[in-house]
Amino acid sequence: MTVLLVLIPVALVLGGLGLIAFLWSLKSSQYEDLEGAAWRILDDDDLPQAERPAGGRPTGEPASEAPHGAARR
Amino acid sequence: MSAEPDWTSFAKPAADGAVAMDLAVEDIHCAACMGTIERGLAAVPGVVGARVNLTQRRVTVAWRPDALDGRAIVGALDRLGYRARPFDPARAADETIAERRRLLKALAVAGFAAMNVMLLSVSVWSGNATDITPETRDLFHWISAAIALPAAAYAGQTFFTSAIRALKARRLNMDVPISLGVILALGLSLAQTIRSAEHAYFDSAVMLLFFLLLGRVLEASMRRRTRATAENLAALRAVTATLLDADGRARDVPLSAVRPGDRVLVGPGERVPLDGIVAAGRSALDVSLVTGETAPVAVAIGDAVYAGTLNGEGALTVTVRAGAGETLLDRVNQLIEGAMAARSRSVVLADRVGRLYAPVVHVTALATFLGWLALGAGWEHALVVAITVLIITCPCALALAVPAVQVVASGALFRRGVLLNAGDALERLAEVDTVVFDKTGTLTLPEPRIANLAEIPPGLVAAAAALARASRHPLSAAIAAAAPLARVPDDLVERRGEGITATLDGRPVRLGSPAFVGAEAEAARVARDRPLASLVAVRVGDDPPAVLAVDQALRPDAREVVTAIAARGIAVEILSGDRAPAVEAAARLAGIERWQAGLDPAQKIARIEALAAAGRRVLMVGDGLNDAPALAAARVSLSPASAVTLAQAAADGCFLGDRLAPVVAAIDLGRRARRLMIENLGFALAYNALAVPLAIAGYATPLVAALAMSGSSILVTLNALRARDRADAAARPAPDPRAAAALGAEA
Repeated sequence: MTVLLVLIPVALVLGGLGLIAFLWSLKSSQYEDLEGAAWRILDDDDLPQAERPAGGRPTGEPASEAPHGAARR
Repeated sequence: MSAEPDWTSFAKPAADGAVAMDLAVEDIHCAACMGTIERGLAAVPGVVGARVNLTQRRVTVAWRPDALDGRAIVGALDRLGYRARPFDPARAADETIAERRRLLKALAVAGFAAMNVMLLSVSVWSGNATDITPETRDLFHWISAAIALPAAAYAGQTFFTSAIRALKARRLNMDVPISLGVILALGLSLAQTIRSAEHAYFDSAVMLLFFLLLGRVLEASMRRRTRATAENLAALRAVTATLLDADGRARDVPLSAVRPGDRVLVGPGERVPLDGIVAAGRSALDVSLVTGETAPVAVAIGDAVYAGTLNGEGALTVTVRAGAGETLLDRVNQLIEGAMAARSRSVVLADRVGRLYAPVVHVTALATFLGWLALGAGWEHALVVAITVLIITCPCALALAVPAVQVVASGALFRRGVLLNAGDALERLAEVDTVVFDKTGTLTLPEPRIANLAEIPPGLVAAAAALARASRHPLSAAIAAAAPLARVPDDLVERRGEGITATLDGRPVRLGSPAFVGAEAEAARVARDRPLASLVAVRVGDDPPAVLAVDQALRPDAREVVTAIAARGIAVEILSGDRAPAVEAAARLAGIERWQAGLDPAQKIARIEALAAAGRRVLMVGDGLNDAPALAAARVSLSPASAVTLAQAAADGCFLGDRLAPVVAAIDLGRRARRLMIENLGFALAYNALAVPLAIAGYATPLVAALAMSGSSILVTLNALRARDRADAAARPAPDPRAAAALGAEA
């Protein structure tokens, strides 16, 4: 059973890494906007132009669109 | 707003000499909006960075103060099609965010400890049934202790400090038995480990903390979301004041930057931002938010004006004062204090159970100890059994039973446009058997509308709206709202007190009093039908004129809501500060038989207390300063988002949008939540009824404790989730929190 003396510390270290990762993500404000983060992953603007999928939006002219809200005023 | 905002009082310093500002933004709905705003702002020269928070519907912008100012930012957002307003930094709530973070950290630590200790405990339980050596078991127990003790010391602080505070105040709350259970479980386990005994309860202790912290985190998240929405509403209502410097310059500042004695400018058509005395100017005020009276009140130098009243045609300079002296506001404040103190609200369900629970449990544990002694067991064994009774009765499921339902039901209500200030408001909503409405701004819409819109030719409405857009007369906003896309005409001339003339498509148009337009005959006819409305006439060229009746219209679903409330066996009545004919008309339209008019705040309270004395449980719905004491006195109260700040503070919650339907939703969900809470408490007590005899008999091994505790906690949480399904499935397109923000903002 001496293998336990190795396995238990290994298990604790792995769990501890998970805990540290969570505390780090909490500290870096990753839980402040869960809804937005879910959408940001779909945004290709952070990729260089060459790697973007075809049909992607050009970055230069953002003001042409106003998905909602413009009509309200 | 008429003056340039003083951006330095909104912005805060950021990295590299830049300044940053948080803005509440209306109409952010989706990822596309997020991208549009961030790219659009980044394209403005001088902006360092912009980040949208989609959950809270805010954007944080950082820019170089030497390159541009906040007006450019707001202007850029405006060109993108989004209305944005900066926050009053004094209102931003940092402590709720910090609290949630602390709880999440504690939850993570407790979760880590629970998983690892459980890993070791399962090994021990299976080993005990087979062939574990005592040495290995001791090793596992010692490792468990090394994990559980520091983890509990860190993660349990919330409960320990709350329990100590309660004991210092000589009270018992739920945190007392929780802390006692955790500490005893850890202490007993440590003692057993030292003695190389078979059983230790480290896993129970940390798992208990994990489940309880989960409940607290959910609660904190809900509170944060409600707070954030309330702050957005306040920001979008543009609660700023136009401060006049000593040398006469005007600048817009957040309300928290205004001191008593400062002079503020109130332009025509603006709301008075703070209480004060008129120092210069004369005007007529719409005081409906303060007294419920819809007729304008004339003010001149030396008169008192109140926050929330709407200025008419004249500009006023107001000297802000602190609330001292015999003013309406002071009297209202005194009444609120009295009402709060005398309020006979039911004891919260969980407290009622908790108050009985702790003594019963402690007596049972003591009886177990004495019983085992009497049966001839050694005192050590008797003590161990007594402590296991305390561990197993540690009110894990009981402490989750009510908060879990509150969180789920408040979330469901939030999606239907109701923000609750107090979690226990749900229970009080469930008991309601009388609903009392205020009239002005509650049964009726907060802003006047054209009442006879259907009878006017659309061309004339568009012409009237086009002219009204350029005017600051209090009635103009109502007329302009009827055709929001109207073009602004050329060569517009406004004659104060009479009306406006302009040219539209080459034809002269006149808008104003019936005499000015030459429509007295028409006006007399309309006045017969709507005796309480303000009349405005419009005429294009020499065509027949039309007379618009501008009136406080009922909320669109007022009648259905009154019917729906009555169908639930709840009585409905109106208590209003307005004149009797106006109240009677509204009562007739809404289908309410009992009404009282011309009441002052004290009379409103008296009526609420009379109802309470007759055994009625009253839900008060009101929005004005004059309603605030009644809101505080009622068993439970709601106010619309357009209400004055004081009324909102006195109410248990506020609802968004133009519709009254959220009031019915609140009552329904309150009833549903209460039923689920009682079920949950039943589950929790049934679990105890099963587990406690086992513990008293000495069969409560750590395995039994772990199964029973997690089983009952999960059962109670799952049951609480039922508060959402049906309610949300039935919800119509949710009354949108953002849509309502427009309410007070146009003023």
